[in-house]
Amino acid sequence: MSIEIPAFKIKTGTLPVLQLHILTTDMAQLKEQLALRLKLTPDFFASTPIALELSAIAESGAGLNYAELASFMLEHGMCAAGIVGGSAEQRAAAVQAGLGLFTEAPARNVTKREAGHAITANPAVELHEQPELPGFSGVESENQPVDPPSAQVAAETPPVRATMVIDRPVRTGQRIYAEGGNLVVLAIVNAGAELIADGDIHVYAPMRGKAIAGARGNEAARIFVQGMEAELLSIAGCFKVFEDGIPENVRGKPAQVHLEGSRLHIQPLMH
Amino acid sequence: MAKVIVITSGKGGVGKTTTSASFSSGLALRGNKTVVIDFDVGLRNLDLIMGCERRVVYDIINVINGEVSLKQALIKDKNCDNLFILPASQTRDKDALNLEGVARILEELKQSFDFIVCDSPAGIESGAFMAMYFADEALVVTNPEVSSVRDSDRILGILAAKSKRAVEGLEPVKEHLLVTRYDPKRVNAGEMLSVTDIQEILRIPLLGVIPESESVLKASNSGTPAIHLDKSDVADAYRDVVGRFMGEELPMRFVAEKAGFLKRLLGGR
Repeated sequence: MSIEIPAFKIKTGTLPVLQLHILTTDMAQLKEQLALRLKLTPDFFASTPIALELSAIAESGAGLNYAELASFMLEHGMCAAGIVGGSAEQRAAAVQAGLGLFTEAPARNVTKREAGHAITANPAVELHEQPELPGFSGVESENQPVDPPSAQVAAETPPVRATMVIDRPVRTGQRIYAEGGNLVVLAIVNAGAELIADGDIHVYAPMRGKAIAGARGNEAARIFVQGMEAELLSIAGCFKVFEDGIPENVRGKPAQVHLEGSRLHIQPLMH
Repeated sequence: MAKVIVITSGKGGVGKTTTSASFSSGLALRGNKTVVIDFDVGLRNLDLIMGCERRVVYDIINVINGEVSLKQALIKDKNCDNLFILPASQTRDKDALNLEGVARILEELKQSFDFIVCDSPAGIESGAFMAMYFADEALVVTNPEVSSVRDSDRILGILAAKSKRAVEGLEPVKEHLLVTRYDPKRVNAGEMLSVTDIQEILRIPLLGVIPESESVLKASNSGTPAIHLDKSDVADAYRDVVGRFMGEELPMRFVAEKAGFLKRLLGGR
């Protein structure tokens, strides 16, 4: 066989990887809650490679039986590919168990995660996943890269994400998530629809649904709306509902929403 | 090329089957070869409204399972030569439908029909999904009240996201709004949403307004689609709907309150 025809290539690539943040070293508790969570969405993971994130248990000194955890995950359709973070002993134990070691992700400026919509029914397991999107055309978004090629640079200048633009009505029951960036909607957003963005949200039409900006804790995120009729507004986890109706001065009018301390301010947009 | 039209709404009892019967009859009356399919497996109704319930021998599930040919299951309408009905099964449930089977039936029907009208069941579960998946156009039937409008909004969202056209990135399903059981008097009294209110929320083109009428119930009970009724607002309104669907420009009737005798006498309104 000729050696000139290459049989393989080695390349670097930045692939999206789900991270499973391990918050306890109690294997029984972890298994129980994981099984419970996976029962809700049995096909969600479908052999997706998953990185075990160990920073929360790195200090504890205790380790996990990684081989046992990996085979348990495999039984439930999750494929443990390796670990992120963790103490030296934990990393050594993981290698022993046949898991890979991911380079630790760069520290991000924004670390708060208490988004208003994140319903964590499960204290021991926190899954960083995309919300389920209703197959809306053009709403695919990239996951966070776990291992950026130049971690140092990435830490200083956060990657610029394309703004997601939706030009068709967002109807009740639909959820649009602009991960890592801004969301611009050019058509009506009806009651029961949900807009989520890690950055700002702009709606150039009547806005009757829920708007959740700064979903990963960006307190500087804002919401701009041409016709304020929202059911719920949220920035970085601080939210507001309107049981008694929307204040007269902004109702149905152009308005912007921003966060001051822990209070949401809704202001009319004046000319 | 044959067109697949789904009659859908999300909410039950708004007039999907009544509309399916009259709309398909109207298309057939204009000389189009039309077939209307009842997708409400387990809660079969269309055959009653069309007055052919005693002639149902085989149904859509028999065809899907390959037990009979499509020809054997199609029932010729008693009023129109160009209209055929494919009934639902009464003894099965919606799980008996499957996408491959429905696709096969629609492909075969497309060979010999101009219009294929799919009468969707209520809800957003598999039956409704099967009925809408292959649609080229959708008639969204809405009553002038908030819950019906919201359910229609949901269905429109699903059409835009999960129909075959959406999944394959083709031209989106063409959407039409049909407001039924409309009572201008109650709209004026503020008890019902107006057509303008509904359009403000749903934002799709209005195909027609069907007035609330007792004659619909009588027509249903006698197994005659409302479009065949004599001197009836409802029949006129459905004929207008079919005309507009075929591209005619017709003024919107039955939206304003009928002027009473006294009002006319006094020149009021």
